[in-house]
Amino acid sequence: MEQAPPMIEVENLTKRYPGRTAVDGISFQIGRGEVVGFLGPNGAGKSTTLRILSSFLPATSGTARVAGFDVFREPDEVRRRIGYMPENNPLHLDMRVREYLKFRARLKGLGWRRSRERVDAVLQQCGLTDVSGRIIGQLSKGYRQRVGLADALVHEPDLIILDEPTIGLDPHQIRSVRALVKELGKRHTVVLSTHILNEVEMTCSRVLILHRGRILAADRTEDLGRRLSLDGQVIAEVEAPPAQLLEAFRDLPEVERVEVEPMDGNFQRLSLVPRNGADLRPLVSAEIREHGWPLRELTRSRHSLEDIFIHLTRGKVRED
Amino acid sequence: MRVFMALVRRELGAYFNSLTGYVVIAAVLLLTGFGLVDLIERIRQMPYPSPVTELFYQTTYFWLVVLLTSPVITMRSFAAEKAAGTYEALMTTPVGDWQVVLAKFAGALAFYLLTWLPFLGVLFALRQITGEAALFEPTIVAVTFLGITLVGGLFMALGCFASALTRSDIIAAMVAFLFGIGLWMLGYRPDASGLLPTWAIPVLEHVSLTRHMEDFARGLVVGRHVVFYLTATWLLLFLTQRVVQSRRWK
Repeated sequence: MEQAPPMIEVENLTKRYPGRTAVDGISFQIGRGEVVGFLGPNGAGKSTTLRILSSFLPATSGTARVAGFDVFREPDEVRRRIGYMPENNPLHLDMRVREYLKFRARLKGLGWRRSRERVDAVLQQCGLTDVSGRIIGQLSKGYRQRVGLADALVHEPDLIILDEPTIGLDPHQIRSVRALVKELGKRHTVVLSTHILNEVEMTCSRVLILHRGRILAADRTEDLGRRLSLDGQVIAEVEAPPAQLLEAFRDLPEVERVEVEPMDGNFQRLSLVPRNGADLRPLVSAEIREHGWPLRELTRSRHSLEDIFIHLTRGKVRED
Repeated sequence: MRVFMALVRRELGAYFNSLTGYVVIAAVLLLTGFGLVDLIERIRQMPYPSPVTELFYQTTYFWLVVLLTSPVITMRSFAAEKAAGTYEALMTTPVGDWQVVLAKFAGALAFYLLTWLPFLGVLFALRQITGEAALFEPTIVAVTFLGITLVGGLFMALGCFASALTRSDIIAAMVAFLFGIGLWMLGYRPDASGLLPTWAIPVLEHVSLTRHMEDFARGLVVGRHVVFYLTATWLLLFLTQRVVQSRRWK
């Protein structure tokens, strides 16, 4: 059997506006069932890329395919397969929730009976059943966001594209939207864009970092930090003579660098940077126990995507 | 077809979900109401030989209704959706450009015709008041409505085109109004000024909206008038479709 094409294939995609290159020759692939985050500051080219993928805008050059269909030449095939929530989640504010979703379902080619079934299903799935008769303009932003998500889902698309799904929401609403996105990831391919780093960490299995129209890094969320060897530093607060402490860790093959700083009382702050991102905690605790030194804290700093991002973009800015 | 119907229903619904629709209906009612008062005066003054629709047409209210309401009816069609961003949501569903253009046009035209319905009531009331049944020949009324529809189609297409050009509904309304009134002036008694070259007069008479409508209000269906409206409307819709499509030009 022939293997199904990847959900998204993008090659050398470029979008130029007069005097500005929004997307600059990017290439990537997204497989079926992945949840991928496009991460980048405002103006990085995230929305433009998503607009091209949803066949709203043509690219200046390069190709993009969704489920094997060219977004420019076969836009109808592409649109049938995607559920797209544009930036700022535009909705017809004068319509009622159920009425709106039914209208959208009809536009997406669902028959009368089918659209009714699907609207009921997505109302339930997105927790909108209680407000289905309300006018969208009178709903809170959190509910509106769910209406946008329900719209993206209503025709059971293979691919869901969400442009900044949590922007402008309060922390509680953000949590509920993220939970919904995570839930969607179990059954659909999801691509979302955001400039909030821990959103990607929490919801996505893979991340593409965009900056000034280029991809700076693309990796599994959990591997990204390791690859850039930014995490794994171990900090221990130990009551021990500094010289001995230094002695005990200096020559271990797993350790790249050791630092000891005095703290209050006789405590020392021991920081260790591992070679190859190894986890030094078991080693450190064993060593300290062997010497019988009192230990009051042992932590391994996990660098967030935030650090990675700043690290990556800072280098880039200097380069420019 | 079902996508088209869903779109038309949405367009019509939008008029009634917002104040715009009611304001336009109120405006038309007011204007036709003035027309009614005017007509009663005219019919009372002399037993007129011409049909009442022609009398109404001779009052200025007919063109006031068309010229004033058409930009307001159509201004939102594309511009407001672009401004709100719903245009992007619409154009990323598997709908065709033509489907969208025709649905917006059909929705606007249907609403425009709806605003003319009270005029039938006005005619009926007049007939009761004056008792002159001869002035209310049904075929003449029907032909007048054909004229109202054709003129309306042209102005709705013009308004849709203006709306497709911009994101601002105010600009859309102004552009539609200026083009509309320009088109109307073009054929308004072209021979009157005496400034035009002689060859221009027959050309302008051919596109004279006032001449066309005069014939319709008398109950005359003139083939070339009908052809003029259908082709002009089609041309404007075609241009609108090109504007909608231009987003995807490289």
